[in-house]
Amino acid sequence: MITWRALLKRFLSDPVAICAAVVLLALILMAVLAPVLAPQNPYDLMQLDIMDSEMPPSWQPGGDPRFLLGTDTQGRGVLSTIMYGTGISLLIGVGAVLLSGVLGITLGLIAGYKGGGIDAFLMRLADIQMSLSTLMIAIIALALFQAAFDANVYADYAIIMLIVIIGVAEWPKFARTVRSSVLGEKNKEYVDAARVIGLPARKVMWGHILPNTLTPVMVISTIQVAEAIMTEAALSFLGLGMPVDRPSLGSLIRSGFEFVFSGSTWITFYPALVLIALILALNLLGDWLRDVMNPKLRRGDD
Amino acid sequence: MHIIAFLIRRAIQAVIVMFVISLIGFSIQDNLGDPLRELVGQSVSEAERQVLRDQLGLNDPFWVQYARFLGNAVQGDLGTSYFFKRPALDVIMAKFPATFELVLGSVFIFLSLSIPAGIYCAINRKSWLTQFIMSASILGISVPVFLTAILLVWLFGVELQWLPAFGRGETYTMPWGWETGFLTWDGLLHLILPCISLSSIMLPLFIRLIRAEMMEAMGTDYVRFARAKGLSTPRVRYVHAFRNTLLPVVTVGGLMIGTLIAYTILTETVFQWPGMGFLFLEAVNRVDTPLIIAYIIFVGFIFVVVNTIVDFVYTLINPMVKLPGAKS
Repeated sequence: MITWRALLKRFLSDPVAICAAVVLLALILMAVLAPVLAPQNPYDLMQLDIMDSEMPPSWQPGGDPRFLLGTDTQGRGVLSTIMYGTGISLLIGVGAVLLSGVLGITLGLIAGYKGGGIDAFLMRLADIQMSLSTLMIAIIALALFQAAFDANVYADYAIIMLIVIIGVAEWPKFARTVRSSVLGEKNKEYVDAARVIGLPARKVMWGHILPNTLTPVMVISTIQVAEAIMTEAALSFLGLGMPVDRPSLGSLIRSGFEFVFSGSTWITFYPALVLIALILALNLLGDWLRDVMNPKLRRGDD
Repeated sequence: MHIIAFLIRRAIQAVIVMFVISLIGFSIQDNLGDPLRELVGQSVSEAERQVLRDQLGLNDPFWVQYARFLGNAVQGDLGTSYFFKRPALDVIMAKFPATFELVLGSVFIFLSLSIPAGIYCAINRKSWLTQFIMSASILGISVPVFLTAILLVWLFGVELQWLPAFGRGETYTMPWGWETGFLTWDGLLHLILPCISLSSIMLPLFIRLIRAEMMEAMGTDYVRFARAKGLSTPRVRYVHAFRNTLLPVVTVGGLMIGTLIAYTILTETVFQWPGMGFLFLEAVNRVDTPLIIAYIIFVGFIFVVVNTIVDFVYTLINPMVKLPGAKS
């Protein structure tokens, strides 16, 4: 384990980590403050004018100073849709990881602590689910959901469905991480002590073992958020995720994709750039965290 | 003996997984859409509908219907597509070569690049090329497949116009009905961009995996022993060390098959590649339930077969492996 002060010190001495954190913070701020900062509200149909559609960025010929990064085919400013879209992508990414964290930690604790048949069953299930891959499970689940309900119902529940499906599909990674930490902890003296004084298994697991398994959980959470955002973007790009009138970054890329061929590249490329920056920042931070938290790995690297 | 026991165990497990997939597939079909509506339309009276329902067995208990579905499925009958009016499995099999060749091409690309790159990075840890490859690989992991694909389409298909941006181009039909793009120049040109896109996310993952495994192998006792014995450096590296990195690579490769299939859907969407994934998304948009189910069952079948094969290969190339269930 590492103290907060040491963590901060290592952070300040690593330019890559600082850059990644600054980019991430800027993107989060941009998304949270979108209603205040965005030049227009892309959800407000009154503000949209079809005459404004497919304008290039303002510095190119034919651009309009009102729309810094140009407009899409519905006359929405690309900058504004990106600001709102980043928020939706982040919301789904973080929501899905919270859900899979709760599920995975619970099941991982039970599997590691109880052992035996329940452990074997849960880990076999985790194996199968992981090799099916989150994206494949999500594609099939959402395809069926979309086939079963009509488009309006689908649009209303899209965010919740995405969080639930991605969150449930990702539980094995947390469960395996927690389980392996629990296996390392459960034979230590403090656990025996807690058991000997007669605490119930529930209290030993949650109150005593869990706090000692949280470091690896923290490390994988960051990378998991990046993966969840990437999965959501892929699903939205396929038309199985967020609808076009409440776009995430993935659905923005989808709606601009066909116009790449006619030269209106800005509709696709700016959301794509933001998406890559977001995922890259999270991945770099996750990698940095893993190196810092895991001294064994650090030594192996040298 | 142990090997045979293990094989039987794995085969049973594969059958169970297929059984569960078929059960899921069937319960979807049972709840999604009314086959009668697709068959007869609106004009038929309620009494006639009931007679038809009885004839088709739609009023039978769930398990009776499922048994019938399973019986048909085992014989290769996964229902009839609403849209194509042809057996769903035939529709999928007609699209299978396109997806298979896409996967084959991209596996070829990422294996032929990641093995040398991974070995190089493990041996020359400090070189600038290693630093570059490792930094590029984290960028590669962070760019979603469909964005790589869009970028390639835009750059080489639209701006430079060097390569075709969509479709399979000219194909050659084999005597047994398999349409291949490998045998025509046009077909090969059409394969380049989709195959690069599909391999773009696997490549950095495999480079990192091979590098890590190779580095671990280089530090083990048997490699040090081989070196002390006076074997030549290439022999130590490529025979002794590298052979032992193959094991995890095979395992991870097997685990990746689900991801790879999911990415074919993305790649095929961008390139309008006439394969199974593209077909599946069209089926979703048309609510063509039998075709959706047939795709899920077919993909589940490929998945189970590949995983079982990977398990066998794993036991074959690793003499140390302890077979689960074998008594020591």
